[in-house]
Amino acid sequence: MKYIDEFRDGEKAGHMARLIHRQVREGRSYRLMEFCGGHTHAIFRYGLVDLLPREIELIHGPGCPVCVLPVARLDMAIELARRPEVILCTYGDMLRVPASDGTSLLKVRAEGGDVRMLYSPLDVLDVARDNLERQVVFFAIGFETTTPPTALLLRQADQLGLTNLSVFCNHVLTPAAMHAILSEDGPLHLDGFIGPAHVSTVIGSQAYEAFPAQYGKPVVIAGFEPLDVLQAILLLVGQLNAGRAEVENQFTRAVTPQGNLKARHLMDEVFTPRDSFEWRGLGSLPASALCLRPGLAHLDAEQRFTFSSGQSRENKACECPAILRGRKKPSECRLFGNPCTPETPQGSCMVSAEGACAAYYGHGRYRTRGPLLAKG
Amino acid sequence: MARLNIKKGHVEMMHGSGGKASQDLLQQIFLPLFDNPWLDQGNDQAVFDLPPGRVVMATDGYVVSPLFFPGGDIGSLAVHGTVNDLAMAGARPCYLSAGFILEEGFPLADLHRLVASMAAAAKKAGTPIITGDTKVVEKGKGDGVFITTSGVGVVPGGRKLSGDQARPGDAILVSGSIGDHGITLLSLRESLGFETEICSDSQALHRLVEVMLEASPGLRLLRDPTRGGLATCLNELARQSDVGMQIDENQLPIRETVRAACEILGLDPLYSANEGKLVAICPAEEAPALLQAMRRHPQGEDAAIIGQVTRDPQNLVQMRTGFGGQRVIDWLQGDQLPRIC
Repeated sequence: MKYIDEFRDGEKAGHMARLIHRQVREGRSYRLMEFCGGHTHAIFRYGLVDLLPREIELIHGPGCPVCVLPVARLDMAIELARRPEVILCTYGDMLRVPASDGTSLLKVRAEGGDVRMLYSPLDVLDVARDNLERQVVFFAIGFETTTPPTALLLRQADQLGLTNLSVFCNHVLTPAAMHAILSEDGPLHLDGFIGPAHVSTVIGSQAYEAFPAQYGKPVVIAGFEPLDVLQAILLLVGQLNAGRAEVENQFTRAVTPQGNLKARHLMDEVFTPRDSFEWRGLGSLPASALCLRPGLAHLDAEQRFTFSSGQSRENKACECPAILRGRKKPSECRLFGNPCTPETPQGSCMVSAEGACAAYYGHGRYRTRGPLLAKG
Repeated sequence: MARLNIKKGHVEMMHGSGGKASQDLLQQIFLPLFDNPWLDQGNDQAVFDLPPGRVVMATDGYVVSPLFFPGGDIGSLAVHGTVNDLAMAGARPCYLSAGFILEEGFPLADLHRLVASMAAAAKKAGTPIITGDTKVVEKGKGDGVFITTSGVGVVPGGRKLSGDQARPGDAILVSGSIGDHGITLLSLRESLGFETEICSDSQALHRLVEVMLEASPGLRLLRDPTRGGLATCLNELARQSDVGMQIDENQLPIRETVRAACEILGLDPLYSANEGKLVAICPAEEAPALLQAMRRHPQGEDAAIIGQVTRDPQNLVQMRTGFGGQRVIDWLQGDQLPRIC
């Protein structure tokens, strides 16, 4: 595959790995957080850790939309899906995430709820037009990558005057989460960021300038292919060795300083930041998520429906919060492997292929052999 | 006998009533197409003789959506799938039965088309459909047509293939490109709306199996990696034989179009279904001869040795990636795909 295989070339990988080995300084560690689940997935899928020197520690970040959504928001979606008049549309990843009391959208569907998986938010328009007597709700989640498509859906729904369509908005903002990680109390546990790929195509590399300036931490924006990740690591090692902290863009084939202006304008037109939003693992963060502008309140599911104020419950033993902050590794959670597996996930990080726990379990568990792994 | 309007007519409830209308359907669609002496006898069962050997039986239900796809349809698939289940035991498939569940309103033209395709597939495989059943369910209670086929075959003396026989050091082979069927089906889904040149690999494999058994008398086992794809198949075998497996990504035969489609959809061809491929495990010393024999057969042209069986109490299937790293190939989790077989 042209433009893909070039970035998965085993020979070039070997060459790049040798460069990294040569550059790392003995006795120091390089603790690098890959913010995005997409990077976590690539690291495990291609077995990148096998190519890296011991000095480099990869810390998995919170950039997995499914993982950072708190149970309370999922409970609200489940409440919507249980309403007989509602058709709840969402991305496939959301269906298996455990909510309070072990339920999930998939289980609600089995109970008779009308939950539909789709690939593009614009498909919601067809569902709404085909079901005028029903209420069609799009359960929107994701970082800046999935936000413009939701914005487009909202604009078109508004223009078409579809009164049976609404959006339950859970879009969150990447820089806010990075600030939260860097401004945590206690000694800082990371030296630099491998910056998001797809998110950066939208928000641009300028969006990260605050991190070197404010916290002295380098950010290298990298594509999701394995060679991209290796090169980003090489660039970060170079910066750290030289005592520099800058935003560097490894993913120049897709990311510009300003990002995608059209998409950003569209997002601005439709969304406005919430005062604060609760993140799983990171707590309540100011201006870290988006809601619909007042002019589109008629399409806002949170305005259209009333929600019960039930207590949301997370599994207390689940270490997803610490894992999302990069404080713990999946294998340090006592639920990992037993009973928490991709088949019976106890926490959100085990659900999405981009979640750190699912990546560890699915691709990397030959490294973490031991009694904690349930056979099969 | 009322003449069916095969071009424009539809399946009606009365076609499943067991009365005259059922007979019309049988006489005008099924019997002329399946065309064999057992069905022509008009009994509720078929009586037949089998060649010597141990008798093998398999059954499988088919609910594929859409019903027609490039490279096949639910009819041919229902023949190939069951024939292959028999063949994976080293059996010579002999006879099939077929049960149809039709949905009220299903176009008779479509029924005729898929029964014709089924008849052609059965003829080509040399496995006549000698008994069957048809039921009709109300509109909305089915999805056009569901088919169940059962097959009977015979394993000649001396052959013993079973999923629990892989031994550390054995070679693992596949008979050709993987993932074609699953990705073809997925590409047809309305909501995806992209076009590809790939087509399903649906085919009967028993003739290839005969050639393989000749080339590798010590052949341990065969399995067709259908739902769950190659990854799930290898995991099943690793657990059944209580071994591990190590495969090499660079050796996996995967079509360029399948790789591209998987790339776009974020899928892994290792988990995509196959309906005309098999996995074989044999003693390492027999692998070169087996591979050569497979490659000489039209159904095994792209066969490859993809790895070896290892000793591993955890029964992990691992892969050396093309990038130079190592990863676990896990079971398929959940159900990310539409109905594919």
